[in-house]
Amino acid sequence: MAPRVGVVVFPGTNCEHDVASALTLVGAEPTFLWHRDRSVGDADAVVVPGGFAHGDYLRAGALARFSPIMDAVSTFAAAGGSVVGICNGFQVLTEAGLLPGALQKNNTLRFMCAPVVVTVASDRSALTGGIPVGTELTLSVNNFDGSYVCDAGVLDALRAEDRVVLRYVDNPNGSIDDIAGICNQGRNVVGLMPHPERASSELIGSADGLVLLRSLLSVAVA
Amino acid sequence: MRFAAHVEVRLRPGIADPESATIERALPALGFDDVHELATGRSFRFEVEAESAESARVRAEELAGRLLANPVMEDATVSVSEPVRG
Repeated sequence: MAPRVGVVVFPGTNCEHDVASALTLVGAEPTFLWHRDRSVGDADAVVVPGGFAHGDYLRAGALARFSPIMDAVSTFAAAGGSVVGICNGFQVLTEAGLLPGALQKNNTLRFMCAPVVVTVASDRSALTGGIPVGTELTLSVNNFDGSYVCDAGVLDALRAEDRVVLRYVDNPNGSIDDIAGICNQGRNVVGLMPHPERASSELIGSADGLVLLRSLLSVAVA
Repeated sequence: MRFAAHVEVRLRPGIADPESATIERALPALGFDDVHELATGRSFRFEVEAESAESARVRAEELAGRLLANPVMEDATVSVSEPVRG
């Protein structure tokens, strides 16, 4: 049976259809989860896609964490379920306390929409399981608040516990330690700024995102 | 009683602040080359229903810590005035 992936939709989310389409390409069955839903249903994995949840008012992701679906996502994550936050979804997961640190304005002070090359820094996460460390992937970033920041203690823990999942080859935004993606201690919650779903076909420049999504599915149903 | 509260949120020391740096770089061109250490922030004003100024401050600090500021990168300063209405 096709793995079922819940795709969370807040008011202002705008990447849910791209994510659903890319998930379909790798054989998953996506289901949209409205932010007022109180359950993730029978999802094998959950993706929090990009956009501007609740208008990004106050701070990116700050209000989304109060949506009822986030309690369900937290419960799902606490039970070991695979949860991936992409871009705004990463911001939501940090604000919700599911991932450490925060995303601040790009040091360029620019909204950045461009392809970037990242390397897989850990092959032990819900999104990168089984992908050899050092694998280079071309994905695209599309954000204003994409610069990862955390205190020295968190950074030490992320490095020591092999929780930096993706690093930029050429840091585009001032992210600490070139971090493009991290995971939690349980390795089942992953946040990344680049969009795997926007690299879902050679026709649009890269199909490297499918490598990550395939890994997500294989880890989620393992 | 209601107490007027003011919460000021600023980036913590050591967190890169490219917005403030950009504003500061523009100042000499306007003749403000005597201005330094510029920092931007956000200001929130609201009223808290409480029995005393102290309990209003506690509530305002809770709100600042849980929502208005992200403690990973921001500090909040909370001040509460005398009651604004009975």
